[in-house]
Amino acid sequence: MSVRRLHSEQPAEFTFSLENEAWADAQIAKYPEGRQASAIVPLLWQAQKQAGGWLPEPAIRHVAEKLDMPYMRALEVATFYTMFNLSPVGRHFVQLCGTTPCWLRGADDLKAVCRKLIGEPGEISADGALSWMEVECLGACVNAPMVQINDDFYEDLTAETFEALLEKLRAGEKVMTGPQNSRRASEPEGGLTVLKGDL
Amino acid sequence: MLQDKDRIFTNIYGQNGADIRSAQGRGDWDKTADLVKKGRDWIVEEMKASGLRGRGGAGFPTGLKWSFMPKESDGRPHYLVVNADESEPGTCKDRDILRHEPHKLIEGCLLASFAMGAHACYVYIRGEFIREREALQKAVDEAYAAGLLGKNAAKSGWDFDLYVHHGAGAYICGEETALIESLEGKKGMPRLKPPFPANMGLYGCPTTVNNVESIAVAPTILRRGAAWFSGLGREGNTGTKLFCISGHVNTPCNVEEEMGIPLKELLEKHAGGVRGGWDNLLAVIPGGSSVPLLPKSICDTVLMDFDSLKAVQSGLGTAAVIVMDKSTDIVRAIARISHFYKHESCGQCTPCREGTGWMWRVMERMASGQARPEEIDTLLKVTKQIEGHTICALGDAAAWPVQGLIRHFRPEMEARLTRAMEAAE
Repeated sequence: MSVRRLHSEQPAEFTFSLENEAWADAQIAKYPEGRQASAIVPLLWQAQKQAGGWLPEPAIRHVAEKLDMPYMRALEVATFYTMFNLSPVGRHFVQLCGTTPCWLRGADDLKAVCRKLIGEPGEISADGALSWMEVECLGACVNAPMVQINDDFYEDLTAETFEALLEKLRAGEKVMTGPQNSRRASEPEGGLTVLKGDL
Repeated sequence: MLQDKDRIFTNIYGQNGADIRSAQGRGDWDKTADLVKKGRDWIVEEMKASGLRGRGGAGFPTGLKWSFMPKESDGRPHYLVVNADESEPGTCKDRDILRHEPHKLIEGCLLASFAMGAHACYVYIRGEFIREREALQKAVDEAYAAGLLGKNAAKSGWDFDLYVHHGAGAYICGEETALIESLEGKKGMPRLKPPFPANMGLYGCPTTVNNVESIAVAPTILRRGAAWFSGLGREGNTGTKLFCISGHVNTPCNVEEEMGIPLKELLEKHAGGVRGGWDNLLAVIPGGSSVPLLPKSICDTVLMDFDSLKAVQSGLGTAAVIVMDKSTDIVRAIARISHFYKHESCGQCTPCREGTGWMWRVMERMASGQARPEEIDTLLKVTKQIEGHTICALGDAAAWPVQGLIRHFRPEMEARLTRAMEAAE
């Protein structure tokens, strides 16, 4: 378990944009009548996106009202699931996998890059572009070490390619997602060992 | 070595398209209605005969699990829930199915749901897999547009809806009852069993939770026949399996291989061998972070299947092979796994909530040489107090890696601690 608390400074209010309101209604329709609470994780996630990458307290309250749930139940969900950022993050939010498979292949080197370019975990860089934290296994272990930045995975990193990637993001340049070496997905680098021919 | 003609996931690397036309070109959605028309019993019996054991880690026979669902509905709807909350460290196979072979999964959902009398299925994808979720949703939309989902799905006469749902970063939601809780909009805390999900699952209705890979292999098994699948591997451990090879190998990769392939052959054929050669191997975690590690002496000959790995006090788990060469600080590697379980414990059961944190702190002291050698016994004792004393298996999963370390590397641990003590004096 990890201790997770709401941020000390909160905006006064939050309401879904019209577009997100419609999106939320479509999500709720996936679940049976009276089971609208099932949509809470997707709705909180959308609220976090709308709020700029973190989940303010009024957003939790808004989603609870939308789903006709007690506020306490929504607060429990928001604090239980670690992808809900309870305090602000940088425009490019780096989640660095530090679990053993990534650690074995150099996650510590990537952490050093984050410390050099951004600062300590949770700190937002002065220009607001970057922040980072160490997370647990992100499920791309054969492409280790890797990070997730906002919605995308960046895999097969080295300290050099990672540093270049962060600099590009900071400068607003276009970057390549996925493996940062010659691989396209989870195949072995340097040539397939199976499925080589036409099937 | 498994031949390409016997591979189920022929687009696992995404070298060809994941779209519906490419998938149909590979044989997906071929005469699905004919399989449905053979009836529920035929499907369940065929799955049983194939010997398929669940691919999510526990290895429970899939066909048998399907047979636990009530034959007739008592008025409550039945549900299939697909566990795509892939979070076991080392494991990244379901990700490739979601993004490169989504139609195998969707077709499997239809067949499995029909066999269990379910008209609705939820696929629960881990929150971090945003692009994978988009890929699956795209495939679901294609299937609806082609009439393969919805009313009279694939002209089978069965009405079937599939919904994509997601989590938000909680490993525990991979446990089936925690996943159901999460899907109902609550914190992902596992439920006591019984009642089992087949009687009281999602929304209090009969529910079966299956892993992505278990469902995605079903259409091919039903099409090619149980005898084909059970002819691969060995008895009790049949078929093919996606292996994820990570850590200190030359070319880490995912690969579909035959069950029971020797570990050494798996690493050398597909992953370019251990970095620095086989003799540079220190240890392997053969089935995801939850299973005890194996020292090189066992790795030399062990076969990769459920029963072979169980016989050496480890497990196949999710078939996530984490390789560590001699440069590895093995105590620190396991300490990092202990941190994972401390972070992911849901906090419901005291032995796990308190025990995972305690084990992690002691493991950190062991790694940095601050502990005393006699604390190894205390640590081992505490792992036994956690194991088997919690609602779900997370407590066990946290205890086993530490037990495995002590079982095989105790002399190294003692030497390190003694050295540190002597240096301090």
